[in-house]
Amino acid sequence: MTVDEIVEVIEGVVVTKTDADSLEIEYAMASDLMSDVLTLDTENAALITGLSNIQTIRTVEMQDIQCIILARGKRATAEMIKLAEQDNITIIESPYAMYRISGVLYQAGIKPHY
Amino acid sequence: MEFEYKVEGGDFTNAGSASSSVKKTLKKLNVDPKITRKIVVALYEAEVNIVAHAYRGDILVKISPEQINITLTDEGPGIENIEQAMVEGYSTASAKVREMGFGAGMGLANIKKNTDQMNIQSEVGKGTVLSFTNFLS
Ligand SMILES: Nc1ncnc2c1ncn2[C@@H]1O[C@H](COP(=O)(O)OP(=O)(O)OP(=O)(O)O)[C@@H](O)[C@H]1O
Ligand SMILES: [Mg+2]
Repeated sequence: MTVDEIVEVIEGVVVTKTDADSLEIEYAMASDLMSDVLTLDTENAALITGLSNIQTIRTVEMQDIQCIILARGKRATAEMIKLAEQDNITIIESPYAMYRISGVLYQAGIKPHY
Repeated sequence: MEFEYKVEGGDFTNAGSASSSVKKTLKKLNVDPKITRKIVVALYEAEVNIVAHAYRGDILVKISPEQINITLTDEGPGIENIEQAMVEGYSTASAKVREMGFGAGMGLANIKKNTDQMNIQSEVGKGTVLSFTNFLS
């Protein structure tokens, strides 16, 4: 799915300026635990999370994950946005809870890891 | 090539900046992205461990055409039982660390998984030295 398609189905808002148009998301995982995210072997994935801090950005940077979906109205700070833009990471904010985002994206064809 | 970084215990704002810098260097050197990812995930786990569990530390990164060797030396409480610390799920992380999204007790095992060689030495009340090596091809 493209970022535009994802945004559409989760009532999301893109808050970063990156070249998001070239992104094609195939997989997603939902977790608040960065320890967990760091153990995954993944490609073309988005992270759905309720954890909104600088280490969320650092974690996805190390894992080459290029898209973060912040659930349940969590906002990205200016500092997070700045860091994400440097690393070409797209942040989407959504009012939906993690469970709903996961369900909607699963239905739309985004694959799980396990 | 050699690089050195300083890490401050408790400083979750800057945790990961050394790992980020190493990642950019490896990209410039055209190291395979899959190998780079393993190296920087391991380094980030180790860097966060200093921030989460120690007082301060140094990271020394040595890159040759064949391999990368990283040594993290910290001043901190040390690890009493390294074997136990390596077990997935064992963690002494504080509430603050957990709030930051860490403290599942998976880091050391993940460092082992992502590196070709790994060695930890620790002295209780003094600190810990973790070093690891990844081959670049
Ligand atoms: N540099 C260090 N100094 C002192 N203790 C450490 C250090 N690194 C690890 N430990 C000890 O080993 C335990 C296990 O470390 P590990 O990285 O596996 O898990 P964690 O840091 O607790 O959680 P996670 O890495 O999953 O976020 C820690 O909880 C801590 O007790
Ligand atoms: Mg750890």
